[in-house]
Formats: sequence, structure tokens, C-alpha cells
Amino acid sequence: MAKLKVGLVSPEREVWAGEADQVIAKTIEGSMGILPGHAPVLGVLVDGSVVRIKPADGGDWIVAAIGSGFFSVAGDEVSVLVEQVELSDEIDVNAARAALEQAMSGSEGDDSAVAERRARARLLAAGVED
Amino acid sequence: MGAQLRQLRRQIRSVKSTAKITRAQELIATSRIVKAQERVKASKPYARQITRALSALISHRSGVDHPLLNEQPDARRSAVLVITSDRGFCGGYNANAIREAESLVKALTEKGRVAVPYLVGNKGGIWYRFRNRQIGADWSGFSDRPTFADAERIGRRLVADFLKEDADGGVGEIHVVYTEFVSMLTQQAVVHRLLPLEVEDGPAVAESGPLPSYDFEPSAEAALDLLLPNYIESRIYHMLLQSAASEHASRRRAMKSATDNANDLVASYTRQANQARQAEITQEISEIVGGANALADASAGSE
Repeated sequence: MAKLKVGLVSPEREVWAGEADQVIAKTIEGSMGILPGHAPVLGVLVDGSVVRIKPADGGDWIVAAIGSGFFSVAGDEVSVLVEQVELSDEIDVNAARAALEQAMSGSEGDDSAVAERRARARLLAAGVED
Repeated sequence: MGAQLRQLRRQIRSVKSTAKITRAQELIATSRIVKAQERVKASKPYARQITRALSALISHRSGVDHPLLNEQPDARRSAVLVITSDRGFCGGYNANAIREAESLVKALTEKGRVAVPYLVGNKGGIWYRFRNRQIGADWSGFSDRPTFADAERIGRRLVADFLKEDADGGVGEIHVVYTEFVSMLTQQAVVHRLLPLEVEDGPAVAESGPLPSYDFEPSAEAALDLLLPNYIESRIYHMLLQSAASEHASRRRAMKSATDNANDLVASYTRQANQARQAEITQEISEIVGGANALADASAGSE
């Protein structure tokens, strides 16, 4: 079976790159599962959502909490470009909880909805909330 | 010890300690250039991908219409973003960037436009404030280690001002003056027009064959709305990184020549000090010999 060539890239570094069987990303219209042979698509990701990548070597799912960004699929190459990204094992759960509480108290005004979603995504990616 | 000798020894001590400081600065800058270059390299995949996606998007829809792509012929104000350093000790780095910016301002004024400076880095801020120029905005505190969040902040502000009308403090075009890192020895201050946007295809796009015709999720407009500001921020980030690498390279060169000069000074002072010491010894000996002769003469006369 063909494999996907996946790159999870932030402006500051390449966070993860390798071969994968499947990528799941969330766009404004709902979650999308991408398998090899997918039609070319360019999608806007939901700010504060989770991207999951299933590595081809059979390892555990790579889970990352992301901020604003987009992904493109073309010829079995998937690029996920996001401005803020944290892999599940890099997430500081306590910091994310504190960020969530702060966001829910609404002290940041208009940005608090985004901040809340991002904090929730980090907790979700870290596997402590669902 | 003679006064002259003491004076010289004090000077030698002081120059030596200066040399130690400049030498340390040189070493720090050298190690930071490498890091800065690594960051430039790490930022490449994102820049390449976003350029490619944007080119695909724009070529896919021939009649793309987006405020960030349109010229604003009525606008008379132009923003000039000048990237300088926060600290001095870096040779002509800031002077070159500001000189380039000033000639751009002059060219814009001749075309009947009003140039509004936007400044990155302490040194630029000081230069413009000292001359009481009106400043659009300024940022500082990250010139030697910019993060993407800094670029994002700058990009948001510039885009917001670009979308405003002249009367509300908006601008019709945005130029950036930054210092391109050509090599360890050469850094070049360059001017780049950021907005209205021209997407640069670059070799990366040409190499990777024809662009795929994408479907858009949820729509091409939504994708464009997200991609354009991100692309601008990625361009600004690239310029900040280039400037940071140039700043370190300039600092390394300036500190290296300062260290060399200090060592030359120490050598010449040491020579002078040795001469002074030798002169003192010679004088002492001749005094002793003279004294002894005088004593010998006196005792010879009394016998």
C-alpha cells in the first residue's frame, strides 16, 4: 500500500516528518481523514484543534495541538503548516490547565475564545481530557 | 619608578582589559552566527511550502481579488519598516540600514509620498526619536533572537495599517529595509516591497513541477484570507532572521578589529615602557658612576 509523505511544519522548525498511513485533521466543516491516494486539497485548519498522524512504521499515533494554519494534500504528500504547534509529549499539562482557566475567566477579551480552544486542544492532545 | 613608566603600565593594563572584553564579545557573536544560520535553515521548509500553496491558489484562480494584493493608487503614505539591532558594538550594521532607509525615504518624498517609519530594534528607535521624526510604530527586545511570534506581531500591525485609509493613519504600501546575510564577510542592506504583495515563485516552485489543482476546504476565499497574512508574517520572519544573522556577523567583525587594535596598542605601549625603563636604568647607572667618580676624586685630592 502506498504511503503518505507527511511534514508537520511550523515557521521555526520542522516538527515531524516521515511516512504515514493516515492523517486526521479538523477543518471548519468537520474532521477529515486523509489516506494515500487522496485528491489534491488545501484546507484551513480550525484554530485550536488536534492533528493526528499514524506513522507508517506502526508506532503510536503522533498527536499535536495546533493554532492557526492549513494543510495541503497533493500526490500523497501532506504538508501541515501551522503557526503554533506542540506535540503531545511536549505539552506541559499544568500550564495548559492554567491557560484554560485564564481563558475561561474571560480576562483576555475577544481572544479568549481562541485561547480557550487552544488550551483545550493542548489538553486533548496530551490525553488528559476528551 | 618614574612617572612616565607608571603611566604607560596603567595604559597597558586598561587596554588589555578592553581587549579581553572585545575578544569575549567576538567569541559570543561567532557562536551566535551559527545558531542564527541554523534558524534560517529551520525556517525554510515552512517558507517553501507556504509560497507553493499560495502560488497554487493564485494561479488557480485567475481573477483573484484580495485587498492585500491590490495597489492603492490614491494613498499618499508609505510605511518603511527598518530593521536595526537593539545593541551597539556592531560596526556599520545600523548605520548602513538607516542610510538605506533614508535614501528610500528621499526617493519616496521625491515621488510626492509621505514616508512613515516603522522600526524594529532599539538603535533605530533612538535614531529617529533623536531627530523628532514621526514614528508609525516600533518594536524592540528581540533583534538578536527573533521568534515567529515577533514577526506575527509586526505583520498584524502592518496589515491592519495597510487596510486603513490614509486619513485614519493607514498606508498605501509597505517597504522593508533589512540586512541580507550574504556570507560571513558580506552583509548587504536591501530594500524590499512587502505590500501590495507580489508572491515570489523562486526556484523552489519551478523545480517541483506543475502545481496541483487543489480543492479548497471550506473555500478558496477562506484559504486566501488565512494564507496571505501568514505568508506576509513568514516573509517578515525571514527578514528578521537574516538581519539577526547579519547583526552577529557585523558584531563579530567589529569586535575582531577592536581586539586586533587593542593588541597592537599593547605592543606599542610595551615597547615604549621598555624604553622608558631602560632609560631609567641607564640614568641610574650613570648617576652611580658619576657619584663614585666624584667620591674617588674627592678622596684622591685629600691624600
